[in-house]
Amino acid sequence: MAMFDAFAAIVRRDLVLAMRRRSEIANPVLFFILVITLFPLGIGAQPKLLQAIAPGIIWVSALLATMLSLDSLFRSDFDDGSLEQILLSPHPTSILVLGKITAHWLTTGLPLLIVAPLLAVFLGMPNQSLSILLLTLFLGTPILSLIGAVGVALTVGLRRGGMILSLLVLPLYVPVLIFASNAVEMASTGLPVTAQINILISMLLMALVLAPWPTAAALKMSINS
Amino acid sequence: MQSHTTHQLQGENLSCVRDDRELFTSLGFTVQTGQVLLLEGKNGSGKTSLLRIICGFREPDTGAVSWCGEEIPQSQYYSDMAYVGHLDGIKKELTVQENLRLSLALGRPGKLSIQQALEKVQLVGYEDTLIQALSAGQKRRLSLARLLITHNILWILDEPFTSLDKQGIVLVESLMAEHCANGGMMVMTSHHDVNLQGVDVQYIRLF
Repeated sequence: MAMFDAFAAIVRRDLVLAMRRRSEIANPVLFFILVITLFPLGIGAQPKLLQAIAPGIIWVSALLATMLSLDSLFRSDFDDGSLEQILLSPHPTSILVLGKITAHWLTTGLPLLIVAPLLAVFLGMPNQSLSILLLTLFLGTPILSLIGAVGVALTVGLRRGGMILSLLVLPLYVPVLIFASNAVEMASTGLPVTAQINILISMLLMALVLAPWPTAAALKMSINS
Repeated sequence: MQSHTTHQLQGENLSCVRDDRELFTSLGFTVQTGQVLLLEGKNGSGKTSLLRIICGFREPDTGAVSWCGEEIPQSQYYSDMAYVGHLDGIKKELTVQENLRLSLALGRPGKLSIQQALEKVQLVGYEDTLIQALSAGQKRRLSLARLLITHNILWILDEPFTSLDKQGIVLVESLMAEHCANGGMMVMTSHHDVNLQGVDVQYIRLF
């Protein structure tokens, strides 16, 4: 199907681009690792405290790392005119945008997921909550990319949109942070976490369906300025 | 081929205000199959704004643009048009071929294959070259090659001759004439004198 081909072509292109600009994908992961490794140093020899705040630390770092990577989502396409070509494509812009978001998650969310277990052990997180941590990251980081895309699309036309982007996007990230870190915390004390996981799943599905449209519309607006 | 059906791009009563400055008012035009609309005017006279209105990026302050009688934006229009603007729309970290493949996936396949199009614009041998190694003129030719590989009737070109050498200009002019002879049409701006033989050219002068 032509529309799926276009979607796949966008994902493939962005992955190739990410491979050729390696520093750009390395940045968020490095940030994630650095922040998390600094916490034990800052807090000192208090393993109990560290263990208690570990879910929060990992999730806050993941959130900030994603924020850091958001600007690159549409920036280069905006600057070199590729975005115009994407908007002029006969295929639905929201599908093409979803392709870009998918590639963004594969290059920023997925690496976080891969290094997270190591960092969790580093913070002394109990084993039973490790799988829940991974599950929340797996469900939560795509939500961050999807919501972030709307914010970036709105601010990509501005010279210095960084600050506005954070103000726009961070409040929307808060629910993800609350439910995800709460789930990990509950899991470490052996309590059931089905409710939080279900809420995360529903948030992911909602973002998946609802985010591409405003993103496409916002891009059309940004290209106008 | 679509060459026997006539297509028509029409602008009616268009006006554009930018930063409280009226760029143009009650502008109208009709372009049909085989015709070229050439926009002239000094810098800042609104040529690019008009092109962006025709592309549907910008809404006109009054009036409307229609394609085959139907107001844009509409889906048929976007599969019939192609735009090459100030920005090339090509990724400098990708190779020539990778860039063209993406354009092909974003549009619908046209008359020529990627290889044939590269032959036409004389970029054979550069398939696997990264764009950052190409000169400005070669990049321009590559962005014009995009017009050849996808299906389109209307070409919207903003200064297509920028950074092309004399030979390149002649080459692009011949491609344009060929496109118009095969049932295409064009709307373009240019600082250069455009030499299109046997093509019906209309002029709009913006002040």
